[in-house]
Amino acid sequence: MTQFRKSITAILLSLVAGAALADSTLLNASYDVARDVYKDYNPMFQKYWKAKTGESIELKQSHGGSTKQVRAVADGLEADVVTMNQANDIEFLADKGLVAKDWAKKFPNNASPYTSTMVFIVRKGNPKGLKDWNDIAAPGVQMIIPHPKNTGNGRNTYLSAWAWALKQPGGNDKTAQEFLGKLLKNAPLFAAGGRDATTTFMQRRMGDVLITFESEAEMIAKEFGKGEFEVVYPSLTMQTEFPVALVEKVVDKKGTRKQAQAYLEYLWSKEGQENAAQNYLRPRDAELLKKYAAFFPPVKTFTVDEVFGGANKAFAAHFKDGGSFDQIYQSK
Amino acid sequence: MAAKTHRVLPGFGLALGYTLVYLSILILLPLGGMVLKASELGFGQIIDIALGERSLAAFRVTFGASFLAATINAFFGLIVAWILVRYPFPGKRFVDALVDLPFALPTAVAGITLATLYAGNGWLGQYLEPLGIKVAYTPLGIVFALTFITLPFVVRTLQPVIEDIETEVEEAAASLGASRWQTFVKVIFPAIFPALLTGFALAFARAVGEYGSVIFIAGNLPLISEITPLLIISKLEQYDVLGATALAVVMLGLSFILLLAVNVLQWWTANRHKNNEPLEVAAAKASGGGQ
Repeated sequence: MTQFRKSITAILLSLVAGAALADSTLLNASYDVARDVYKDYNPMFQKYWKAKTGESIELKQSHGGSTKQVRAVADGLEADVVTMNQANDIEFLADKGLVAKDWAKKFPNNASPYTSTMVFIVRKGNPKGLKDWNDIAAPGVQMIIPHPKNTGNGRNTYLSAWAWALKQPGGNDKTAQEFLGKLLKNAPLFAAGGRDATTTFMQRRMGDVLITFESEAEMIAKEFGKGEFEVVYPSLTMQTEFPVALVEKVVDKKGTRKQAQAYLEYLWSKEGQENAAQNYLRPRDAELLKKYAAFFPPVKTFTVDEVFGGANKAFAAHFKDGGSFDQIYQSK
Repeated sequence: MAAKTHRVLPGFGLALGYTLVYLSILILLPLGGMVLKASELGFGQIIDIALGERSLAAFRVTFGASFLAATINAFFGLIVAWILVRYPFPGKRFVDALVDLPFALPTAVAGITLATLYAGNGWLGQYLEPLGIKVAYTPLGIVFALTFITLPFVVRTLQPVIEDIETEVEEAAASLGASRWQTFVKVIFPAIFPALLTGFALAFARAVGEYGSVIFIAGNLPLISEITPLLIISKLEQYDVLGATALAVVMLGLSFILLLAVNVLQWWTANRHKNNEPLEVAAAKASGGGQ
């Protein structure tokens, strides 16, 4: 309760202080569960920026579904920077001319300061012995995932399974689609979103396996207790990126290019990277990755660029109307 | 020269103008914009989108579940409204207030609560599933959610109408020898039927557009438990605003036709009732020794 009161006071104070003292203001439009990451990151950057330039800066956050957010930016939400969880959302802004065409090269690591990966969450003791993707496609197993067509989380799972199937002996697009057909038959439902899938699996006790971000596993542990489940890393899974970009049109108009650029660059600093790690996101910094090795065991991953030739191509081939996902449900 | 009609209340012109402007800005403008946007697609393309296998299945689920939910509420809502108006009982005000709760509750909360309740390990689901009745994550769950959401429409529409029926009319029917069943069928029901239809139509219209509560309990499986609003969201995820508006326009058209039909039916029954016989005559007739 006092914690709550403290944070309310802090918010009120920072609002007053922000309005009175800030030399400039940045708006960060971000995806939904990034709240925790940027809640900690923003004060760090404010301190750093003040020490470096003497300038105080006000940071505002806007959160929502990734696709909804970029549509808002395209429709006129004046965000200086976008920090998303899907490359195709930033591509959309690039197509609209709001973000540089070569946004992925403007920052290191494909403009993604941290990554995560898709993992299996199974019941304690892994009673069904689920080790890899083909185990989940076996008859009698139930898999809980968010909607593969409508959510980023579900799409990552779909593409992970597809990439795994491609890598099997004799694997091609046809066998991969057949495999996905088998796998999706084991989904008794498609959850509305990532957190809804977690609730369905953990609280309503449905299904044998939940497939979600590695970073979610730690959230589940906090919420439901560590002893309730186990994390399984499949033999191949997707390295999910969280790309960031400058909204060129907005920073030019507001004259905040310098601050916005620094805000994003600082994500790659030691402090920024450590903050990501503490929020269970894999830092790019090799040393920190080693320091937090207990959280982040080694896992064989692929990127969407490597296997699918980019986020836009993957989306068009699999999740557009008439794509491979729709075909699976039409052949019945 | 036409004689100027004088109205009892002043300001008719102003009020009418205000009404037209208000409705135009609030309803016609956004809907018109939507239709305009959809018209960027050809008629053929809109039909193609609407007649796709997935869209058709979703229309079936959406309109079917909404119809069922509105029907269930027409029946049970009538009973609730009747009880609330006619019988005094302890805690009546409390029950009366309960009826409005589905209005106030954020729909997502309703959906999550219902899903938790009817899941295999939920309070109710644990007893239903052994009987082979699965509610959560099936089309039945959609009907349950929509029934919950739309209950107030029927009850709140019926209450004032039932209040208006004077008990004397029933007493007259009884004293003239009508059985209870006859009194209900011949006297009371015709009087409340138009309001019941209105309640049904409101509930149905609300159910067709419902998204927030349904997605959490539906299961969202293609061809089985996908509702049309989910397909619209799915198109928006693809940045396919045109496709989304096309679906929305078709949905709006279907809803409009159905609501119009209900309105015509209601107008017809109300008229027939008014022209034919006042309640007192109906009461006398009902008791007319089995006609």
